[in-house]
Amino acid sequence: MNLDQYLSEAAAIEREGTAALSAATDVDALEAARVAFLGDRQGRLKSLQESLKVVSKEDKPAAGKRFNEARAHLQSLHDERKTVLGRARQVGAKEDLSLPERRAWKGAKHPVTLVIEEIEGIFRELGFTVAQGPEAETEWYNFGALNFPPNHPALDAHDTLYLEGGGLLRTHTSPVQVRTLQRYAPPIRVLIPGTVYRRDFFDASHAPAFAQIEGLCVDEGISFVDLKSTLNLFAERFFGASRTRFRPSFFPFTEPSAEMDVQCGICGGSGCPACKGTGWIEILGSGMVHPAVLEAAGLDPERYSGWAFGMGPARIAISRYGIPDIRILYDSDVRFLEQIAGPVLSGAEG
Amino acid sequence: MNVSYQWLKAFVPFDETPVQLRELLTAHVATVDELVALRQDLAPIVIARVVEEAPHPDSDHLHVTKVDAGTGTLLDVVCGAPNVTAGKVYPFAPTGTLMPNGLKIQKRKIRGAISDGMLCSARELGLGDEQDGILELDVDVPPGTPFLRALPVGDTQIVLDVGANRPDLLSHLGVAREVAAIARKSLSLPELAGAGEIALPGATRDPRAARASDVNVSVAEEGLVRRFMGVVIRGVRVGPSPDWLVKRLEAVGSRSINNIVDASNYVLHELGQPTHAFDLGKLAGPSIVVRRAQPGEKLVTLDGSERALNEEMIVIADAEKPQAVAGVMGGRDSEVTDATADIFLEVANFDPRRIRNARRALGMSSDASYRFERGVDVEIAPVALERVARLVVGLAGGHVDGAPVDLVYEPLAPRRIPLREKRVATLLGASVPADEIATLLGSVGFKVGHDLSVEIPSWRSDVAGEVDLIEEVARLRGYDSFPVELRPFRPTAVGDDPQWLTGRRVRDMLVGQGMIELRPMPFVAGGSDYVRVLNPLAENEAYLRRSVLESLARRAEHNLSRMEGNLRLFEIGSAFEPSKAELPAEELRVAALIMGRRAPAHFSDPKTPEFAAWINYGEWDAKALGRLIAATAYPGAAIDVTVTDTPEVLWDIRVDGKPTGTVRRVALDAPVWAASAFGVELSLGVLASGAVAPRGESAHRKFESARPVVTRYRELPTTPASEFDLALLVPEAVRAETVEAVMRRVSGRLLERVELFDRYVGSGVEAGHRSLAWRLTFRHAERTLRDREIETRRSDILRALADELNVRQRTG
Repeated sequence: MNLDQYLSEAAAIEREGTAALSAATDVDALEAARVAFLGDRQGRLKSLQESLKVVSKEDKPAAGKRFNEARAHLQSLHDERKTVLGRARQVGAKEDLSLPERRAWKGAKHPVTLVIEEIEGIFRELGFTVAQGPEAETEWYNFGALNFPPNHPALDAHDTLYLEGGGLLRTHTSPVQVRTLQRYAPPIRVLIPGTVYRRDFFDASHAPAFAQIEGLCVDEGISFVDLKSTLNLFAERFFGASRTRFRPSFFPFTEPSAEMDVQCGICGGSGCPACKGTGWIEILGSGMVHPAVLEAAGLDPERYSGWAFGMGPARIAISRYGIPDIRILYDSDVRFLEQIAGPVLSGAEG
Repeated sequence: MNVSYQWLKAFVPFDETPVQLRELLTAHVATVDELVALRQDLAPIVIARVVEEAPHPDSDHLHVTKVDAGTGTLLDVVCGAPNVTAGKVYPFAPTGTLMPNGLKIQKRKIRGAISDGMLCSARELGLGDEQDGILELDVDVPPGTPFLRALPVGDTQIVLDVGANRPDLLSHLGVAREVAAIARKSLSLPELAGAGEIALPGATRDPRAARASDVNVSVAEEGLVRRFMGVVIRGVRVGPSPDWLVKRLEAVGSRSINNIVDASNYVLHELGQPTHAFDLGKLAGPSIVVRRAQPGEKLVTLDGSERALNEEMIVIADAEKPQAVAGVMGGRDSEVTDATADIFLEVANFDPRRIRNARRALGMSSDASYRFERGVDVEIAPVALERVARLVVGLAGGHVDGAPVDLVYEPLAPRRIPLREKRVATLLGASVPADEIATLLGSVGFKVGHDLSVEIPSWRSDVAGEVDLIEEVARLRGYDSFPVELRPFRPTAVGDDPQWLTGRRVRDMLVGQGMIELRPMPFVAGGSDYVRVLNPLAENEAYLRRSVLESLARRAEHNLSRMEGNLRLFEIGSAFEPSKAELPAEELRVAALIMGRRAPAHFSDPKTPEFAAWINYGEWDAKALGRLIAATAYPGAAIDVTVTDTPEVLWDIRVDGKPTGTVRRVALDAPVWAASAFGVELSLGVLASGAVAPRGESAHRKFESARPVVTRYRELPTTPASEFDLALLVPEAVRAETVEAVMRRVSGRLLERVELFDRYVGSGVEAGHRSLAWRLTFRHAERTLRDREIETRRSDILRALADELNVRQRTG
């Protein structure tokens, strides 16, 4: 074999090998091309190498050089293609990736739970823990121990559902105040979320059973300033940097009693229908724990004092989420509950 | 309580506008719910001065005038009133005004002369019937000033939210007292317009009985009434009330009836003392007896309803029968009518509890009962009696006949409560100097002696202790005057309620599983083994649920009715069982309900027929959910989900061997397209409702927090596992768990895992059997297992299964 023949053979193998390696669209095809050209047994480069033996001695260096060039070229092309195709195999078939993903159901906490958890979070930072009590209560824990005089007009706000066989459905979470004060020695800082009941017919703003969340702080030397400061801080955290005001109120179990308003977030205090023109939104009732309550729970009111507050997470939820009717909260339509929990779905169902 | 702004001004010369007054009352006294501007129909009317006046050239009674209404130009106005005079000021309705009678003022020509607006008479403004011409005003304000601002004809109704502790605020006198204190002005009882001059003799006092004129007035037994006053007025002419009185009553939302009733109502709103006028001619005897109603007695009250009375109610009776329910409402028989000539005026003070009981029993309420059940100042009765009498005589003529009577009442020494300056500082968190305390309390009628010994005025029955005085100091000073500064506190001695923590953990887990939390109402249709509400809102929801799953089922039906069939619902809430104890047994539960697709549809979902059953939630998902909930609620406990014999319950969930919950099919009132529903319900423990400690005592326990359950690390195996599969023919009567129990027993400690991976029924499987296939994994912690060890176990298992359960290996 003369040199020209050898060189043209080498060029042909290199050209065909390049074409075969480049045409391979997956790792298997590339491997077949490799075996065909770079294979140790029947690869075409192998036979080209064999042919070197029949090249004349003076042509050998040139032929050998050409052989090495062809092999290096095909080997590096192969390696490069292998990396590319290997990566492509990891990704998989490059089909229409705009198709929708496989989804799982998304869970949802009830809006009232979301409000309670947020309030709980703020008060935890302020050193409060959570206390609980029964919903079916005695007259004494619900009223007597909380300084409600028997047959007093203060009871008018607590239209009560009574139970056959005795007891009642608690009208507020405050009986848990008494239970907690009776059970443990101060210092006490507890938050009391729970369901309470009133004999209120269902309408856009009333439900016969609803959530309440209450806080209680009792220790030596607790004052009205502590009440104001803590609740003020809560309002700042919960409602953003809005102003608060405290105004006189009446609850049998607190003295002095105060209601806290926050500046109306809709009009910024200038007065609008949402705040009935006052510039303020009523948020919670509060007060210094009445000495009679401390006494009922076996604490000396000369030594201990405290403050308490209570509010309605459902009321907060309907204003926060813009829900026009409180019944929607209890209707349990899953479309509503998924909506409040946040967007889950893309495209078609979004 | 509706308060008239103008009426308050008659008591106190304050300068605040209604809006400013609202802020002050809300900050210091009681919340103003609403300001209702009255007579806004007069808002466009302005004060105008007639600058020129001349007779109309084409009329013998009209005048052409030039009017300064503050607009900058003089307006041409034609006026028909004889009294129009240059230089005087009158109310003026500019063009465009809609008058109270519905007439719209337009610019027009009257007999050729332009008239741009109207000078108004009192009648045209709805301010009276005088027809002497236009209303000449004696005010010193610039033209253009709104009429309502210049004259006290407009008014603002202040709707005050008065707490049950402040009956003293249920009168203009009481509210005015507070306004005087916070506006730092003096308070005086206003002169009574239209009141007659009367010579009122001193009252005849007696514990039980006395005569007023020829009326025998008596109280039948002790304790029925705190004070009972009365007086006879003869020769009245019943008729309409004058305008000022009608307006005053309207301003507080009350309707004028006649001059006698209005006089009584006026004083009710002025002083907070209810009074009642009886037609003396209708009273048998004539006598007035305060007594208990007798069983079976009835009374038709003023509102026309016949009321059945009982012995707990007090009545004001004549010699024969009840004529009024004491403190609640008068009777129709002795009502003042146009024919009434003589009246007996009752001014009494009743026990709040008795009045409250009576009005609740009768299901009615009145301005009088509202005040009596909160407590009326016992000292105000003689003042009220005199004012009503003077008003009646002034408005309806007649004369007081004889001395009033004043029964039962004995003056008591005023109550005194010592107040400690230091206690004020402790409770309020800021020191208030003693002299400031004295000034604040003094401003609303407390008499503060040296050492802060405080005499409580008769109208403040709510002030019973030192803390009540401290509240007075705080509110009068203003809650805003106390600083906002977070002070150090000691950490709470109470740990988190364990059930709360459990509930939170379970909720977070379930939401992570794609479940949706509900908070439904816990009332159900119920039945005899449910806890019944004595006074339910609706008879079909008169019971408390025994199961939380029950609520979820009803809510699932609600969703199905809205075409939502893929449901994953849960709730954490109370369930109630009847109990012999003082209260029903209450348990905190978690319940979950699943039905429909286990995931949203996807294009890659297999579409083969056998896949159709897989697409929806089934009992095996419910079983898994039950176990997951239990394991989350009771970490570290042994959870068993066991087969039951009850048809509706699929599995019992046992926690450390104790039945704690169930997994079941849920029967729903569902449309045909709905999938099967499955439910889980698990107890999170009873809610202790017994007394914590005797009343007035404390257990003062130390909180013991439950230590979190932790799983300790076990060394991970480094030796290889050996496994083999067993395909077994299991008779239907033999449970898979029984087969597994035999496998475990025979295998001993080397058995690491038993996994059922196939179930097959069909051709090749003997009738009455199913083929179940298990994979068993064995491992020794220190060494590789020998083949013989595995083989021995395999054959031992097969032999035991054949001998004990007639379970054989499946062949072919």
